Amino acid sequence: MKRKIKETIIKNIFLFIALVSIVILALIVIFLFIEGIPVFKVVSIKDFIFGIEWYPTYDPPSFGIWSLIVGSFIVTLCASVIAIPLGVLSAVYIAEIAPPLIKEVFKPVVELLAGLPSVVLGFFGMAVMAPWLQATFDIPTGLNIVNASMLLALMAVPTIASISEDALYSVPQEFKEASYALGATRFETIARVIVPAALSGISTAVILGMARAIGETMVVLMVAGGAAAIPESIFDSVRPMPASIAAEMGEAPFRSDHYHALFATGIILFGLTLSFNLIADYVSHKFKEVGSATL
Amino acid sequence: MRWRYFKQHAFFAIVRLAAFSIAAAIGAFLVYILVNGIGAISWEFLSEHPRESMTKGGIMPAILGTFYLTAGAIIIALPLGVASAIYLSEYAKQGPVIRIIRVGVNCLAGVPSIVFGLFGLGLFVVFLQFGSCILSGALTLGFLILPTIIGASEEALKSVPQTFREASLGLGVSKWQTILRIVLPNALPGILTGSILGIGRAAGETAPIMFTAAAFFTAKLPSSIFDEVMALPYHVYVLATAGTYIEETRPLQYGTVLVLVALVLGVDLIAIIIRSYIRKKKRW
Repeated sequence: MKRKIKETIIKNIFLFIALVSIVILALIVIFLFIEGIPVFKVVSIKDFIFGIEWYPTYDPPSFGIWSLIVGSFIVTLCASVIAIPLGVLSAVYIAEIAPPLIKEVFKPVVELLAGLPSVVLGFFGMAVMAPWLQATFDIPTGLNIVNASMLLALMAVPTIASISEDALYSVPQEFKEASYALGATRFETIARVIVPAALSGISTAVILGMARAIGETMVVLMVAGGAAAIPESIFDSVRPMPASIAAEMGEAPFRSDHYHALFATGIILFGLTLSFNLIADYVSHKFKEVGSATL
Repeated sequence: MRWRYFKQHAFFAIVRLAAFSIAAAIGAFLVYILVNGIGAISWEFLSEHPRESMTKGGIMPAILGTFYLTAGAIIIALPLGVASAIYLSEYAKQGPVIRIIRVGVNCLAGVPSIVFGLFGLGLFVVFLQFGSCILSGALTLGFLILPTIIGASEEALKSVPQTFREASLGLGVSKWQTILRIVLPNALPGILTGSILGIGRAAGETAPIMFTAAAFFTAKLPSSIFDEVMALPYHVYVLATAGTYIEETRPLQYGTVLVLVALVLGVDLIAIIIRSYIRKKKRW
């Protein structure tokens, strides 16, 4: 009897620790709101989100983050255009085509890419890519959407590749065999059977890759150029939300309207990535292919 | 028929191109950093303080600061992560509780690093009044890598065969004793791999420590966990963006980047090697 009580206590201790992640998530929300909400005393929620003038240090200041939001979306979309094909195709390569030896080498390489510190990529963008872009395309600055998107794509590729790869692996062997038995080529099998069957996993991978890109800070801080305006071409500078927060928090006086506005920007950013993650979770559960029918 | 095979060849060529372009990009990148950075590396560079407003001298305080922050983060995240994984893999039954915890862990993994920075600033620096210091930074980084540790530990625990548990329980051993003496020891190498990957992640992050721990420059080494520190990633950022001598200090910047990349990728590589070793050595 005593042993049973002890076991129950131990189980509950582990349950409490497992709930820590939820508690942290809740604390993140609480503290973002405590420090972010006060800005809505000086600006309405609508003007904050859709206002296009971000002049936090002017007198009177104006806190409209629409150009920051647009900046975030534009670099994320451009990065996705590069990262989705590269990531999904490499996953197909690793899972279906590569010989075992190349696979052994290639997988760790993708993992190392995932582990590369973002500040290092940002530095590379500033020191190498920006001068090169500036000279090649004869543009006023190399710190722009193109530069940031290329580096963000590099950061999103490992996420997209590794999750897509898992999805491709989990397609039952019978599907493939049935397709071959009907006389399909390997390409036809991959394109018409394996990829469609893994589509929910691949979609999850793409959404999570985009979430990674939109939340990434150092690359956009160092490379996107920092202009808080709606861009007119892909060679314009932008100021995505994370860059704005990181660059200005050090200068914003403690608990000033500017300080609160940066936290409020954090709320928007957090809300965006959270919804990306919840959509990914929903997609991966809702459209999961479960099991296979065999004789 | 030939058209079908032509399509196949064309497709495979595109797929190979995509895969190899990624490998080539990371290869070229590493070689470039190595070639440009190796000249700056010397014993003095690794062991001295920065001098003359960071235009000369070494990066020792930054290396030490990154070491403190990373060690602190892992001390916080490892017990929490392993215990959470034990609950998820050994105790929890399918149902709403486990579903909520899992969604929570996934969402925590997706929180942008800058938001962790804001959270650390709001909770540790301001609310708990730790100030910008090692403790605040280590807590923030620890929470950041928690999902990584949980994920890796859970996978390691799940890979321990069910028969091991049944054999132990069949001998009349209690569930807790089974976990402690049978499951955990067998999962240990996998948990170790996950923790090392977490260390690599914590060492390379910049945004979470910008407002919670990192200092532009400190004249003295930290004497307690309530002191600000310099850190390698932040040092790279500062040298590359904030100085008046950005062009002149390029060699220093490449040197610092090389040390950071070598540190983080070295740590990751150790984890990858341990993992492939475990997979080959597996006795079951």
